[in-house]
This record gives sequence, structure tokens and C-alpha cells, in this order.
Amino acid sequence: MNSGMSIIVRTITRLVYGLALVFGFYVIMHGHLTPGGGFQGGAVVASAFALLLVAFGAAGVKGKLNAHLLQTLEEIGALAFLALGFVGIGTAFFYNLLANSGSLFGGPVVPLGPNPGVFSAGGMLPLMNWAVGLKVMTGIAAVVIVMLVGARKEETE
Amino acid sequence: MRKAVILVAFLFVGAFLLLSATSMRPFGEPTRADMDDYFIVNTQTEVAANNAVTAVVFDYRGFDTLGEATVLFAAVVGVLALFRKLREDET
Repeated sequence: MNSGMSIIVRTITRLVYGLALVFGFYVIMHGHLTPGGGFQGGAVVASAFALLLVAFGAAGVKGKLNAHLLQTLEEIGALAFLALGFVGIGTAFFYNLLANSGSLFGGPVVPLGPNPGVFSAGGMLPLMNWAVGLKVMTGIAAVVIVMLVGARKEETE
Repeated sequence: MRKAVILVAFLFVGAFLLLSATSMRPFGEPTRADMDDYFIVNTQTEVAANNAVTAVVFDYRGFDTLGEATVLFAAVVGVLALFRKLREDET
């Protein structure tokens, strides 16, 4: 059974796949400066994985995307997010300990009003964005892979 | 008969929406804006992030985001458990 799609779709996928990945990682990394964040960027990256799966089929990506590995990474992201919430437990749960502290991601004080933004600011926000982004992208990708493989097996039976 | 019921319901809901639209508050003037003003004024100095939405989601309302992440985790675990039988034959 030919599980992939036509050569037009595969060529366009090869062109668009990298751009979608780069845009998704940009949205995750700049979540505290530009619109978006961990959830949105993770969904963009997962949609790139889904595009790859739809265009090349489950057989085409077999051995490259491992659902077990993706699930492990998702749990690592969830635990990292929970641990980052516990960092400021001395004051309150989810207290932003690093903001304006002067250390890493404690950055200079951002002036009020429109400004170009400081990347190394925001305290825990970038770290939480990366944890949640890892969790969302791997979680949705694992769901898509497992469901596609399951649907293909239903078809052949 | 069924089409008449659907039409009556459609007209009823439409008239209700139109009536409520005429008595809506003017745009940009909510009843209470205390929290909005607090976030707009203090987010950049307190959290040092330009994106106020991310500051609210991950800092001021971080516990709510933990619940959202738990919902996604439960959905992923549920789907993987549902398709486990099919995956065992695959590998």
C-alpha cells in the first residue's frame, strides 16, 4: 500500500517543513517578547511534524520519529514546568524569583511603554516557555503519530 | 413540522441577540477595569516582559497554566493508552 501522497505534496512539504520548524522555535524562544508562547509555538512545531506524517505516510517516517521517545520528552517538559513552579515556593507557588534579580534572565529593568524588548529578561518566563513548548510539541506529535499508525492498521485489516 | 420548529427557534435566538446587541456597553468601556489597568501599568516593571499575556499566563496565573498542562498531559496519556494494543503489533 502506498502510504504517502503525490510528489507535488512531498516537494512542497520539503520546502515548508524547515520554515515551519524555525517559525515554531522562534515563537517559543521569544514568547516573553512577541505574541505567542510555549503553547502556540509548540502547536506550530507539532503541525510541522503532522505535515511530514501526512505527506510521507507512517512508513516514510518510521524510525525517524519515535513515539516512545516523544512521550518521554513530553513528561520531561511537564516535570520541568512543575519544578520551575516550585522554584519560588519560598514566597508563593509560581513566584517569579528571577525577574529583575540581575542574574541570568534577570536582565535590566524594562522601561514602561513601547520598547524593542530585552531577551535576557522576564525571569522564569523564558524557562517556563521552553518547558511548556517542549511538552506541547512532543505531546501533540506523539498523539498524531500514534493515531495515524493506528488508523493505517485499521485500514489494512 | 420540524423545519417550522427550527425556523421559530432561529428567529427567537436571532431576535434575542439583536435585542441584546442594542443594549451593549460601548466598546472599550468595561464595567470594571481595575485588573486590566494593573496589568498594563505594572507588567513591564514587575516581570520585565513586554508580552503582558505571557506574563499573566505564566506568572500572575501560573497555577491555572499548570492545570492546562495537566489537561494536555492527560489527553496524550489517554490517546497513547487507547492505541497501545495497535502499537504492540507494529513494533
